[in-house]
Amino acid sequence: MTDQKKSPAEQEKVGVYICHCGSNIAGTINVEEVAQWAEKNPNVVVARNYEFMCSSTGQELIENDIKEKGLTRIVVASCSPHMHEKTFREATERGGLNPFLFEMANIREHGSWATNDKEAATSKAKALVNGAVERVVHHAPLEKIPVDINPNTLIVGGGIAGITAALELAEGGHHVYLVEREGTIGGRMAQIDKTFPTLDCSACILTPKMVDVGQNDNITLLTYSEVESVEGYIGNFNITVRKKARCVTEELCTSCGICEEKCPQKVIDENYGAGISYRKAIYRSFPQAVPGYPVLDKENCTYFQTGKCKVCEQVCPTEAIDYEQEDKVITFDVGNIILATGYDLFDARQIPQYGYGRLANVFSSLEFERMVNASGPTAGHIVLRDGVTEPESIAIVHCVGSRDQNHNEYCSKVCCMYSLKFAHLVHEHLPDAEVYNFYIDMRTPGKGYEEFYHRLLNEGTHFIRGRVAEITDADRHPGEEGKLIVQAENTLLGIQQRTPVDMVILSAGIEARHDAEDVSKLFKMGCDHDGFFNERHPKLAPVSTMTDGVFIAGACQGPKDIPDTVAQGGAAASQVAKLISQGTVLMEPVRASIREEECSGCRICNTLCPYNAIEFDEEKFVSRVITALCQGCGTCVAACPSGVIDGAHFTYTQVMAELKGVLWDVQSDVLTKQEVA
Amino acid sequence: MSDHFEPVIVGFLCNWCSYRAADLAGTARIKYAPNLRPIRVMCSGRVDPQFVLQALRSGADGVLIAGCHPGECHYVNGNIKALRRFTLLRKTLEQWGIEQERVQLLWASASEGTVLAAAVNRMTEELRALGPLRWGEKVLGDNGAAHLVVEEV
Repeated sequence: MTDQKKSPAEQEKVGVYICHCGSNIAGTINVEEVAQWAEKNPNVVVARNYEFMCSSTGQELIENDIKEKGLTRIVVASCSPHMHEKTFREATERGGLNPFLFEMANIREHGSWATNDKEAATSKAKALVNGAVERVVHHAPLEKIPVDINPNTLIVGGGIAGITAALELAEGGHHVYLVEREGTIGGRMAQIDKTFPTLDCSACILTPKMVDVGQNDNITLLTYSEVESVEGYIGNFNITVRKKARCVTEELCTSCGICEEKCPQKVIDENYGAGISYRKAIYRSFPQAVPGYPVLDKENCTYFQTGKCKVCEQVCPTEAIDYEQEDKVITFDVGNIILATGYDLFDARQIPQYGYGRLANVFSSLEFERMVNASGPTAGHIVLRDGVTEPESIAIVHCVGSRDQNHNEYCSKVCCMYSLKFAHLVHEHLPDAEVYNFYIDMRTPGKGYEEFYHRLLNEGTHFIRGRVAEITDADRHPGEEGKLIVQAENTLLGIQQRTPVDMVILSAGIEARHDAEDVSKLFKMGCDHDGFFNERHPKLAPVSTMTDGVFIAGACQGPKDIPDTVAQGGAAASQVAKLISQGTVLMEPVRASIREEECSGCRICNTLCPYNAIEFDEEKFVSRVITALCQGCGTCVAACPSGVIDGAHFTYTQVMAELKGVLWDVQSDVLTKQEVA
Repeated sequence: MSDHFEPVIVGFLCNWCSYRAADLAGTARIKYAPNLRPIRVMCSGRVDPQFVLQALRSGADGVLIAGCHPGECHYVNGNIKALRRFTLLRKTLEQWGIEQERVQLLWASASEGTVLAAAVNRMTEELRALGPLRWGEKVLGDNGAAHLVVEEV
């Protein structure tokens, strides 16, 4: 465990470079003082301070010093290694040293930016620089590990994000496995009637893309399927998918739809139909479904529940119905994964004072969306729950479940715009109806969005600025009789207002999928507090995740409208395409290795590894790390009772040296082993 | 030197969550106690209890181990292993008379710069109140506990 080498001081020549970062660092930290102080360390040959170390001149300083002064180790004290470690490793390499003989001290994010106390910041900077110097002398040259990229890609989720990504990759000649939980691709966009602000028919612009997916030879479409397990790492994932039995033989089915037509069992369509329409027990969510094969819903099928019926089997002209069909487990390998699992709509029942589920004529936005859709249950007619009465007045309530401390603090981004769209659709379908939009703030950022709002202002919509307190059917005077009364403070007039209407639409917000956390665990990447998948960097890496080779697109990352979702689908596809065309990636050599000759064979490490990357050699009675599987977390390194597992670049010696280095100024009272003895 | 005591805290911050939380605290210009001296580890699961002992022995007044929230670990569950070791270590330290506040475990995700900054402030206050650790007196004192000394690097 102890370094048996000669004292590093005799061997290594360290160059230290303190960056001013303009005034970002130098404004708080006395960089000259730190540099002069650092030069006193016996290992340090040269210590400089320079205005911008990341500039080409700054990097050349390092390169020249390596060549001219024979430096063997480099320390740069500047920003976070997450910002510029790569930059300076490359400069170190250009100077002729192995890039891992470099260490960074983070004196900006962790130093000058975190305090106004100049003295304390300077002292902290010295500690961090000293820690880096003491650590870097123990660094060993390392080589990055090349990994081949399997050119196939897994895309999870067949909404518009997944469809876009799949088509981009497939049209570029790469094979894609597109896995969708439902019986058809299309996702949320397939449920929507019109898209804002252009009022394009949603299905009209979506279905051609769905057809393209169905017809593209490079896409293996796995609908009514779910990913069960994911093993491996970037370039080499092994995927297991369960293809649920739909009781229809795909090879025989011609998608004629007779089974659906003749099926005697009606079921409320909770999913695609938002609970306001029926489907059959054997069904396609909508006529343009891709693939066109129906799904038999065993839970509601008369045959599966009572043993009698089999109407679908009798009417099927190609004998495609197969009641005995079982789930299929399919495994395949991919190099990259794109998650485009979409969102759940906020369940408005969680706000009881809005009466959804209790007051018949309070509708959720998705219910209204289906109702106003020409292919919906009322063929596009806007009617009350009784199915016939046209409402004379409609209230649209924004921010239901969004911007609400009790539910979701964030803004769901799309609700203002779709609420405006609803108002427009009401004006279009029921020109005499009064429309009231209750909003907190009108949020319409986007191309053509504000203009759409102005259009609505001229269409006669009543805009009332105020959060709705309550929706009730308890009338106070004859004018409110039989109506729903929307109680809200009109914050522009400063008055409490009761607005009697016939119908209320609750513009529910976007939430992470209820099972997003399970999915994130399956793919070994993180969720934020709201359950949305975490991107690698909020600004600069919005579709990458902390797990290499796993990308995210669309509303699974956060609330988004269709244009942003499509853009992310494309961005994720281009990230994957980049990796495929690279062919190989170089992975950080931060990996564990076991010194077999000293391993006692206790096997403690074997079960600790979350990646099953440690195998046990029964013959030699030692454990061994499978380097390709090791992700470099170092858990086994910390656990080995014999201390014979080395965690490259985070060795015991390196961390201990850094630790002592950062504590340089408080070590006076330390007793060494010899002193104690 | 004034009589005012400023504790020194060593922070073992995981690369994926807590180190980034500290980065974010800086980027957002959240000012917090400059008493933390961060050391980056890939995972809180890498924190060998010996690191903590060595830090205390080498003059730190406290050690903060910070990792991703349970369920959010970049390495699946390294933070849970850290929690396990931390619990055991703190028991041991307690038996040596080392106050609980001196070794703390924190979950801070990459977006929680404020959480990390607040934890450092709180811990700094707690350690100011406790005063210097004096490892030599406490652990090595006169009870012949020399065998507890961490092996020299």
